[in-house]
Amino acid sequence: MLLTRRARRSRPWPRIAVLAFVTALVLLPFLWMISLAFTKEGQAMSGISLIPEQPTLENFSVAVQAANLRQAFANSTIVTTVAVATNCVVPVIAGYAFAHLPFRGSKVLFYILVSTAAIPVSVTLIPLFLMAKNFPFAGGNDVLGQGGSGLLDSVGGLMLPYLVATMNIFLSRQYFAGMDRDFAEAARIDGASELRIFTRVYLPMARPLIALVAVFSFTGVWDDFLWPLVVSTSAKSTTVQLAITTFASTGNVKYGALMAATILVSVPVLLVFLFNQRGFIAGLSEGGIKG
Amino acid sequence: MAVIKPRPNRRGRPARQRLHSRQARFGLLFVVPATLYVAIFQLGPVLYGLVLSFSQYSPLSRSGPQFIGLDNYRGLYGDPEFARAMAITGRYVLQVLPPTVVIALGLALLSNRAFRGVGLFRTAMYVPHVISLTAVSMIWLWIYSDQGLVNEVLAFFGMSEQRWLATESGALNAASAMRVWKALGSNMVLLLAGLQTVPKDLYEAARVDGANAWQQFRAVTLPGLRPMLTYVVAMDIIYLAQGFTEIFVLTQGGPYGSTTTVNYLIYTEAFQYNDMGSASAMAFVLFAFIAGLSIIAIRVGQGRRP
Repeated sequence: MLLTRRARRSRPWPRIAVLAFVTALVLLPFLWMISLAFTKEGQAMSGISLIPEQPTLENFSVAVQAANLRQAFANSTIVTTVAVATNCVVPVIAGYAFAHLPFRGSKVLFYILVSTAAIPVSVTLIPLFLMAKNFPFAGGNDVLGQGGSGLLDSVGGLMLPYLVATMNIFLSRQYFAGMDRDFAEAARIDGASELRIFTRVYLPMARPLIALVAVFSFTGVWDDFLWPLVVSTSAKSTTVQLAITTFASTGNVKYGALMAATILVSVPVLLVFLFNQRGFIAGLSEGGIKG
Repeated sequence: MAVIKPRPNRRGRPARQRLHSRQARFGLLFVVPATLYVAIFQLGPVLYGLVLSFSQYSPLSRSGPQFIGLDNYRGLYGDPEFARAMAITGRYVLQVLPPTVVIALGLALLSNRAFRGVGLFRTAMYVPHVISLTAVSMIWLWIYSDQGLVNEVLAFFGMSEQRWLATESGALNAASAMRVWKALGSNMVLLLAGLQTVPKDLYEAARVDGANAWQQFRAVTLPGLRPMLTYVVAMDIIYLAQGFTEIFVLTQGGPYGSTTTVNYLIYTEAFQYNDMGSASAMAFVLFAFIAGLSIIAIRVGQGRRP
């Protein structure tokens, strides 16, 4: 009796000590990044002290100018805003229809659309690049998409593959399928139109879904690297992720300024995450992980 | 004599059916934009890519893609560079996956209990997942640099410095260590969600039967966690097998191609050597490789033979 009682009363301290140690280990790189970003260039390489002797903002101003961050932030903001907006509408209404307004073949169509989420990026990368290059009437192209550079090196080209993420169709369908159909029946008997039923009955209940879709789209687009790398050919269409890598590859790397740039680029996603933590983690276990 | 036949009247259908068809029409309308987009920018490119993989094509040449049958795939079969990239990709997956899943499972078990600060712990663990792969690769680029964190710590303990990313034997391991670190948090959160679905009374029953902690883990936790564990492993395989960004930032595929994953090779083949056909063929082989690996993982996860 005594033994089982002792076994059950687990002491939390060893557990907490282990977890605290792991947390420190996981956060260490970030702490050092912050420390380095606030350390005067040249002092950075001396020893492993975590707190800079004379904290300075110099690295940040160097980073903003040298890494072309102003342009990068402007482009990334436009691309991400547009992608978040389209993703909050197009896949959401499709998911609603798949859940509540079935038509002949809707199930098959749903599975076809969602299965495209499993296709590796590299399979569609080259075709999408060629499609962007040969986009009709863009960048000096004619009707057949010949003659110019199309959407390459433009903000339009940057946003091309982000406008509808199939994962969001899946998430939306799952979410709406969990809602009662009786609301719609009742509204129909009252003579409400289908559009009205969606906008007045179901959409207000779907706020958490919209938040989740917005957060996923935001981080997915903001953090993406491969597509901008391929489609952007000059500083004019650079993005935040691209800007820090070009900055890093310019000869003698100044790590202080590089870390400052990395911090600036990461702050938006970090804020979005911290403010939506619960939804983010819930969505992660429901949908999929990225990156 | 006129025979009055009942005219097939569209409006004559029962009201219920009419209602349903109105809904169906609306459903179709709501689905059209997403379907069009996916057809043009997802399915279209897959088909286009398949055609390219059977063609020779350089965007610099004036002529369009030339059909060459299976030549691209045949070329890959005997290509030592591609074989090496496949082997490196496989090794990368195999050496990141076990540690990240096992450590994440351990951490999930340790933190699957309410105590003060557990929320903070989970949030902290998740931060590496939220920050972009590009950004964390930058941090690790510095950590591995000549005067970076790893060398400073080694020097502190009186050991000699190393050039972590510049040796053929060490560069892939360095990238792997970073991926383990990055994947830990999201795997842990998923496994934690899985742990919470294991029925509590099963533990109670096992305890009554006299099972010790290890036996409980084997008989209750592991079977209950199986679906989530399978999901985590399959997802990790899919993302790791596509490793690109960290390679681009840390090593550019080097030294001497020792970190050139298939995805990195595809990138150079297509966008540096302008060989779109061969690169597309590589992409489809990688697709098959990833699909095969994840199917094996899922079958093992379901307790069947691979």
